[in-house]
Amino acid sequence: MAGAIPIATPETLPFWQGANRGELRIQRCNACGKHYFYPRPFCPKCASLNVVWDTVSGKARLLSYIINNRPLPPFDPKTPIIVAIVELAEGPQMMTNIVGIAPNPELLILDMPLRVEFEERGEMRLPVFAPDGDTT
Amino acid sequence: MTASMHRGNVAIVGASETTTIGVREDLSVLGLHAEAALNALADAGLSPQDVDGIATAGLPAMEVSHHLGVAPRWLDGTAVGGCSFMLHVRHAAAAIASGAAEVVLITHGESGRSRIDAPPWLPSLSSPFGQFELVYGAQAPYSLFTLPALRFLKERGMTIEHLAHVCVAQRAWATSNPRAQRRKPTTVDEVLSGPTIAYPFTRDMCCVVTDGGGALVMTSAARARDLKHPKRAVYLLGSGEAAEGTLISQMADLGSFRGFRQSAKEAFQTAGLAHADIDHLMGYDAFAHLPLYILEDLGFVKKGESGDFIAEGHTAKNASLPMNTNGGGLSYTHSGMYGMFAIQEAVRQLRGEAIEQVENITTSFVQGVGMFFAAAGSLILSNQRP
Repeated sequence: MAGAIPIATPETLPFWQGANRGELRIQRCNACGKHYFYPRPFCPKCASLNVVWDTVSGKARLLSYIINNRPLPPFDPKTPIIVAIVELAEGPQMMTNIVGIAPNPELLILDMPLRVEFEERGEMRLPVFAPDGDTT
Repeated sequence: MTASMHRGNVAIVGASETTTIGVREDLSVLGLHAEAALNALADAGLSPQDVDGIATAGLPAMEVSHHLGVAPRWLDGTAVGGCSFMLHVRHAAAAIASGAAEVVLITHGESGRSRIDAPPWLPSLSSPFGQFELVYGAQAPYSLFTLPALRFLKERGMTIEHLAHVCVAQRAWATSNPRAQRRKPTTVDEVLSGPTIAYPFTRDMCCVVTDGGGALVMTSAARARDLKHPKRAVYLLGSGEAAEGTLISQMADLGSFRGFRQSAKEAFQTAGLAHADIDHLMGYDAFAHLPLYILEDLGFVKKGESGDFIAEGHTAKNASLPMNTNGGGLSYTHSGMYGMFAIQEAVRQLRGEAIEQVENITTSFVQGVGMFFAAAGSLILSNQRP
């Protein structure tokens, strides 16, 4: 899909390197045991610097979404985009796109299970989410 | 010992919007700030030379002060989106109460529609927002601010019709207002059958896009007594401010905004007032779900009651809680940072000068939001000094 291409920073590079290998990598705090997102070199809950990168399950559920009927360049103005907020099985929330399903509210059921896929965007790959299994 | 910044020790003594709003092809952003500022100063019976404090968002405060011939000894450039002006009022009250400034001018101007010297929107693709939200096509207010709404509705067993009722209720306030952008009475069916901008939001569930500005002049209650129109002073009784974050995907609870809860709680506490003491509510409505969040998060209704509260007419004329009596961002005007216009309408109501005047009004609660559930600012204003 045409669209804006993210530019990694030193703090986020492992996330994007993981995505380019087809892995969803987020951070976990060894002090409080919690996963967190977006990337930063300390835990936003307890400020510990003892944090590690973890490849997570890629399972998520649909918390909320809109269907953007008016995408602006560099996105294709004629192609509606399902913009969603999902909750990963490990806890953190992410913004993403829902793929593999028509942009139809009757098919997009809140709390439906999702699994991660990766979509080419220039030289990068973006984590996106598709309905998990045959639940649709 | 300095006086409290609340409980009526500081007053709004000048308030005005730009002479016209809507489409202003004759003025740049800076020009809109200036027109509103000069109107507000004239309203107060003061001149730029009387001003020693300046606060604004969108432009650097010193650009506005110099343009007007103001020599400030106090500046506030707090920029947290559309509720920046609520924070400016609060900060100005603190400055005036402590003696750091005597007369503060707060200005807003935006060429949201004509875009005359409006800054281009060029977010960084390496910022957290750029990397983790913008790349998914969440580019504009209608594809960002709207995102939590379906969750809010589902958690409460509410429906998209409730969003449409918000538009209908606010349009009713705007039909008699010649300055309002959308004035034609509407219905739930009509709102729902409009073009879908970002499902579930149809066109009329999204704010208008306009040019305009507004300004406020604030000083101590003591000084207000010596001005041209002492009876038109509007007193700050209480206020609060709060922030969550600039990534809407990281909002801790998609069905409730901590900023609203926190800033409103502090406003009630500092004013020493309760919900039953409030006669009028202005709730920042860039999109139709916001009045629902505001009614619940501020505690005017219980969780899940906001939709029926509006649909049943409780925010309408002569009802228990008249809300967004100018028609709001959905019908009146929305230059980009709407908060200034919400304060202006509260001031008009408290002065008895509104187009749809609420009877027997003493207090108004003004709730602002900044960016997309990022920041919040609350004011409790009154025409009576306690």
